[in-house]
Amino acid sequence: MTDLVVMRDIEIEGRSDEVWMPIIKGIDLTLKKGEVLGLIGESGAGKSTLGLAAMGFARDGVRISGGSVEFDGIDLLAASADVKRGLLGKRIAYVAQSAAASFNPAHKLIDQHTEGPTQHGVMSKSESEMDGIELYRKLRLPNPDEIGFRYPHQVSGGQLQRAMTAMAMSCRPDLIIFDEPTTALDVTTQIEVLASIRDIVEEYDTAAIYITHDLAVVAQMADRIKVLLKGDEVEENETREMLSHPKEDYTKSLWAVREFKRPQKPAVHTDATPVVSVQHVTAAYGKVPVLHDISFDIHAGRTVAVVGESGSGKSTAARCITGLLPPSEGVIEFDGEALPGNYRQRNKMQLRQAQMIYQMADTALNPRKTIGEIIGRPVQFYMGLTGREKRKRVEELLEQIELPGSQYIDRLPSELSGGQKQRIGIARALAAEPKFIICDEVTSALDQLVAEGILRLLAQLQDELGLSYMFITHDLATVRSIADEVVVMKDGQVVEQGPKDEMFTPPHHPYTDLLLSSVPEMDPDWLTNLLAERGVDNIGDAAVGKMD
Amino acid sequence: MNSVLKIIAQRLALGLLTLFIVSIVIFTAVNLLPGDFAEAILGQGATPEAVESIRRDLRLDQPPITRYLEWLGGAVRGDLGNSFAQANFASFVGDDSGTRTTVAQQIAPRFANTMFLAGVTAAIAVPLSVGLGVLAALYRETVFDRFTNIFTLSSISSPEFFLAYVLILFLAVLNPLLPSLSNIYEGMGFGERLQKTLLPALTLTLVVMAHMMRMTRAAIINLLASPYIEMARLKGMSPMRVIVRHALPNALAPIINVIALNLAYLITGVVVVEVVFVYPGIGQLFVDSVKIRDIPVVQACCLIFASAYILLNLTADILSIVSNPRLRHPK
Repeated sequence: MTDLVVMRDIEIEGRSDEVWMPIIKGIDLTLKKGEVLGLIGESGAGKSTLGLAAMGFARDGVRISGGSVEFDGIDLLAASADVKRGLLGKRIAYVAQSAAASFNPAHKLIDQHTEGPTQHGVMSKSESEMDGIELYRKLRLPNPDEIGFRYPHQVSGGQLQRAMTAMAMSCRPDLIIFDEPTTALDVTTQIEVLASIRDIVEEYDTAAIYITHDLAVVAQMADRIKVLLKGDEVEENETREMLSHPKEDYTKSLWAVREFKRPQKPAVHTDATPVVSVQHVTAAYGKVPVLHDISFDIHAGRTVAVVGESGSGKSTAARCITGLLPPSEGVIEFDGEALPGNYRQRNKMQLRQAQMIYQMADTALNPRKTIGEIIGRPVQFYMGLTGREKRKRVEELLEQIELPGSQYIDRLPSELSGGQKQRIGIARALAAEPKFIICDEVTSALDQLVAEGILRLLAQLQDELGLSYMFITHDLATVRSIADEVVVMKDGQVVEQGPKDEMFTPPHHPYTDLLLSSVPEMDPDWLTNLLAERGVDNIGDAAVGKMD
Repeated sequence: MNSVLKIIAQRLALGLLTLFIVSIVIFTAVNLLPGDFAEAILGQGATPEAVESIRRDLRLDQPPITRYLEWLGGAVRGDLGNSFAQANFASFVGDDSGTRTTVAQQIAPRFANTMFLAGVTAAIAVPLSVGLGVLAALYRETVFDRFTNIFTLSSISSPEFFLAYVLILFLAVLNPLLPSLSNIYEGMGFGERLQKTLLPALTLTLVVMAHMMRMTRAAIINLLASPYIEMARLKGMSPMRVIVRHALPNALAPIINVIALNLAYLITGVVVVEVVFVYPGIGQLFVDSVKIRDIPVVQACCLIFASAYILLNLTADILSIVSNPRLRHPK
């Protein structure tokens, strides 16, 4: 096989505060025709930047400062803008992380699909339309004949991601860069997308660079894997070799399946009063019903994980408990006492007892307030502390989340890393001295190692303070590590609930089974075996079912 | 599509409500004006009896509420009342049959002239500013961008009469291409009318261009960091196509709104330009009527101005909705 892409000693810099900082520090990369290379690393490793550099492209504020990129013998860094434009879309295509954001909201899918072929002079508009429909069919999109004639907002995330893969295929390129194409999707949807991407890449013998932070995913997709850390290459090898014999310590730490797992706690006394009791709650947004008669209890010192796909009603349940969305039927009891449905009618004590930690620490912290002010606000509001006492309490709280107070109290959120920001979110919740905390996908925006640190901290705080958690997540590995009890939700209903060990031991409810079996495993044959087991047609049917 | 019609109906109802509130404000404000028509018209000869008589004749002696309701009732039926100034006061004690001019008769030709001027200006200014805005976004941070920016900013910062005189100097005096006086009259041919309107229209174009052009540029540039713009670039689309096909359709809502505001300005705020070019528009009539306290005309003008603002903003809202596929094609 001949080399399609040859990158030599690539150096890339990004501008921050008028200074150029290195992002990629001299990496070599070669890709043969028809080969799939997996690029893996944590956020900030530079994998997307490197992937785009393989197209000869650098984002605004980023520049390729050294090295060479050759695509099929063409020097992309020396090529004129016209030459590069002639290659992009036609011979080199890109599939972005968020298809929902990367499709133009103003045009129909098929018009965006045909734009490449018509502008590059590969096909006429009508030919390209026919071809697009054919590709939609191959990617197992439901209603391939008409789905293209919808606008992006009318199509679900998993379907958009496949439509984007079809768009990348529209000119039958030699190379496709997949930039975390399934990261934003639910596990069950992820499988469908992974399977269709893999099939179509194989069918047209397209070379690909597959960028992800999820090892199990890359194991299914790539022939070879390259591991990146902070702009440097750690190691590169054939997929199977890499999985069975990682050489470097960093790779091994990535490979190690999460060790953190709390033992199952003994069963709760049946007569104990739960801290939070959700009883037959039904709720709707306007006229759209979202929750149908859900009930579950959360006991003192316990963690209840609420799992389900997006749209299953997990976050809505949290909104009902906090009183942001008054339920239309049913009650929420706190320590055996019914709470008013609307948070406006709850007293300060009731509000203080239940706190919340959010998914995106970035947006949940006011960027213009210092850490001291952010945590100090609930300290003053709920506990009535001011001046020196307040500051002392804030420092204690910072101590509890393992960020030395004197060092962090006067900083702004923008000066902290993602994991540190999430810790500030935890401290803010603790400041009210609650009994119960709702954790809404608190680790899903974080890298694996950082996320594990947050989970350990939450577990430790639970032991020290006797907190109860409602842990909303779609990540079953997180459930395995931290939950005591599990509530599985689908379409606004609770399909199964019980102690963790029971939930992870067969027999399962069919939906729980689908969720569990959809979590990718490190075994490179996992996807192939799973598809064979389920039968490919099944996946197509599941996709059609989702349309409604 | 139903939801769009519903939104439009709601906006229309809100527009009517706004107009009603505005009518109260106008009436109150006009009645707070110092001075009185009767005293103003009689001047030195304002004997108490004469003043009283004119006031009675014009129903100025009625309580404000009654006068407001009468005015509103008339306005709803399309009757804006009679002009004070055009009334034949020689015969105010006797019969005044047939000698009075209605406000509508007085305003109609002026309003038509104003609309013509606004129309000509819009036809030049809107495509020009949006085009320049697109080009400035395409060639951002270049000499072209800076130049258009400086040019439009200096033209909006200069007083309107100054711009008018500069244009007269270059286009009427040094190069006699266009007439410097825009004396429009009824029955004039379209071509001649257009030629006479061109200089004031060009002046107004210079005045309104900056907002629209800068908003077009800013709205487009604002979107250039979006993932779908990056996607278009990575599909190998030309920079022009990226801007016109991928950015512009998503930037329409703010651009349309600024255009609407500027068009409203063309209808309501062009007194100075009308005076410079002696253009018989509604602005001059309005100022003259305020001078002599011709209340019915002042009120009618204000009502027309308010309606123009409301209607244009309403149109802008509707166009923004129609340009958004999320609202046009709900899930």
